[in-house]
Amino acid sequence: MSNDASLTRIVVVRNAEGLHARPADLLVRLASKYQATIMIGKNSEWVDCKSILSLLTLGASQGTELSVSASGDDAADAIDSIAALFEAGFDDNNGTKGVDS
Amino acid sequence: MVELQGIPVSPGVAIGPALVLDADGYQIPRSMLPAEEADQEYARLQTAVDAVSARLENSRLETSAVAGEHTGDIFAAQLQMLHDPRLHAELRRRICNENLTAAYSVNRVLHNYAAALRRLSNPMLADRAEDVLDIEKQLLLELGAVTRGPMSELTEPVIVLSHVLTPSETANLDRRYVRGFATETGGPGGHTAIVAKGLELPAVVGIGAFMDQVGAGDRVIVDGDRGRVIINPDEETLKNYRQRLKQRNSLSERLAELRDLPAETADGVRIRLSANIEFPYETAAALERGADGIGLYRTEFLYLSSDEEPSEEDHYRAYSEVVRDMGGRPVVIRTLDLGADKMGHRPLTEQEHNPFLGLRSIRLSLRNLDLFRPQLRAILRAAVYGDVRVMFPLITTIAELRQARMLLNLVAEDLNDAGIPYRGDIPVGMMVEVPAAVMMLDHFVREVDFISIGTNDLAQYTLAVDRSNESVADLYQSSDPAVLRLIRHCVQVADESKTPLAVCGEMSSMPARALLLLGMGVRNLSVPPSSLPRVKKAIRSVTVQQCCEIAERVMKLEAARDVDMYLLDRLGSLVPELVVT
Repeated sequence: MSNDASLTRIVVVRNAEGLHARPADLLVRLASKYQATIMIGKNSEWVDCKSILSLLTLGASQGTELSVSASGDDAADAIDSIAALFEAGFDDNNGTKGVDS
Repeated sequence: MVELQGIPVSPGVAIGPALVLDADGYQIPRSMLPAEEADQEYARLQTAVDAVSARLENSRLETSAVAGEHTGDIFAAQLQMLHDPRLHAELRRRICNENLTAAYSVNRVLHNYAAALRRLSNPMLADRAEDVLDIEKQLLLELGAVTRGPMSELTEPVIVLSHVLTPSETANLDRRYVRGFATETGGPGGHTAIVAKGLELPAVVGIGAFMDQVGAGDRVIVDGDRGRVIINPDEETLKNYRQRLKQRNSLSERLAELRDLPAETADGVRIRLSANIEFPYETAAALERGADGIGLYRTEFLYLSSDEEPSEEDHYRAYSEVVRDMGGRPVVIRTLDLGADKMGHRPLTEQEHNPFLGLRSIRLSLRNLDLFRPQLRAILRAAVYGDVRVMFPLITTIAELRQARMLLNLVAEDLNDAGIPYRGDIPVGMMVEVPAAVMMLDHFVREVDFISIGTNDLAQYTLAVDRSNESVADLYQSSDPAVLRLIRHCVQVADESKTPLAVCGEMSSMPARALLLLGMGVRNLSVPPSSLPRVKKAIRSVTVQQCCEIAERVMKLEAARDVDMYLLDRLGSLVPELVVT
């Protein structure tokens, strides 16, 4: 995923349960709002950020570093909100509200 | 022929066709479609997806309303999986480009995802494989590729094979048709094992992955004596096992003749031999085999096997039924032993790191009085109908025992004030299941009317082995010398204080170990109804002197293996009929 037009950022899984079903669901819901192609990678393994099954198979536990890469018109916005979601630890009160709005 | 080795948890032999319960067992044949039907097939899949989607959405709303949004979100994640764009791309490719059927494509693709999840080292994520397989199952149902509820529509005898079988699933097996079962997971002291024994279903657990080696309808032998499972046996093996099944049946017929004879040693010492039960209907089996009473009535299954939390009336009805059936024989009701691997309908504890060392059993009851009080009320009310005794599980400190007793008194006062019939003077006992209780037993016996040693938990806590953990299950042996020393100490304290002592765990149900217990001075045993005839046969075949010699020798041994070898040898010469060949 090294496209010239793409933006990449490193995020850390902060929440205790890791990229588990609920956080992954939130992440997909957020990513799906953007036109951009968003990929997320652990080591050299990259998956589609809009596919919950792929996200779960990454097996990202708490403390895992992931790279997020987005390309497309709204790539910058997408990366910012995804980073914010990770930063908030997918917290119910912060993360969810942002996604549902 | 495939031979598998697992852990034998419920004795007996069962032969029959396999009913493969695990979702892994769906055998969807690889079949192709004419290319011109591919689009139509993909549309059929879309219809199925829509139907499953509607059902999941409904589950999400209902669950959220009942259990809160957080729990309802489990289904939100499943919905997300169902609509996963990668999943659909892959299904579309298989159906439209490769012309495979929708059912086969769903089966393959979702299985691959589930397998990938299972390989993850994080167990929380690995468990999500179940969610994926659940979606697969629902889609296959919609597509008409599998039929609903193989378990509810049985018409023929079967052997159930499954990755995992929960205690309540085991309890709900249709006993008219299910002859035995085998699972990939599980350990010897797990509750599935206890239920299997209660149902007298030959069972082998903890086999490890084997589901890919068996198909629906394959002929299977479950050897619950030796922990062996044989798939598609050859003629000779089958012949041998049919022979053994016949021998077993004739042995049980001969043992059945012991029904009306007392559990008395050859030199005339009367042993009280009672039954452990979990369900009221088991009293029939207990009486049929001449049990002296119910030595352990496990009440939590009332809690686990229904969809709703039992009310005081539910408890009362179940207990009264047992007490009435037993017609004046003693019935020891053990209060709720929930927690650890047994949880009911509402979260009673936070997720615990070490549930077996956590908020379980009496600890949980004392923290959830709205749960505990109705049970105590029901016990005191049912006591009107017979000889009821109440027993508290997992007592560790004197304070716990006093709290539980105090609560019992308060509940009795409440019943009294309300003018509800009850009996307040019933004997109160405790289970001795933790080494701390053994060490403090001289204090405990001043405050209880009887004690009962639960050898399953006592072995678990003495040996520091979680008995449901397969990796250490081999370390879990109730015949370990350390456990035996604790039991001997209990017997000494009980004798000195003239406190009735019983052994109601796993250990008493094995004839050889029962003889050892007699030699150690135990005079009350409680065993699953299925074990009554064998244990009685063993008791009637020996003198107390012979048992004492066994105990004396065993107390000098240094390992569980040595103990078991010696006991097997002695049983072989004293009661050869009972040794399985």
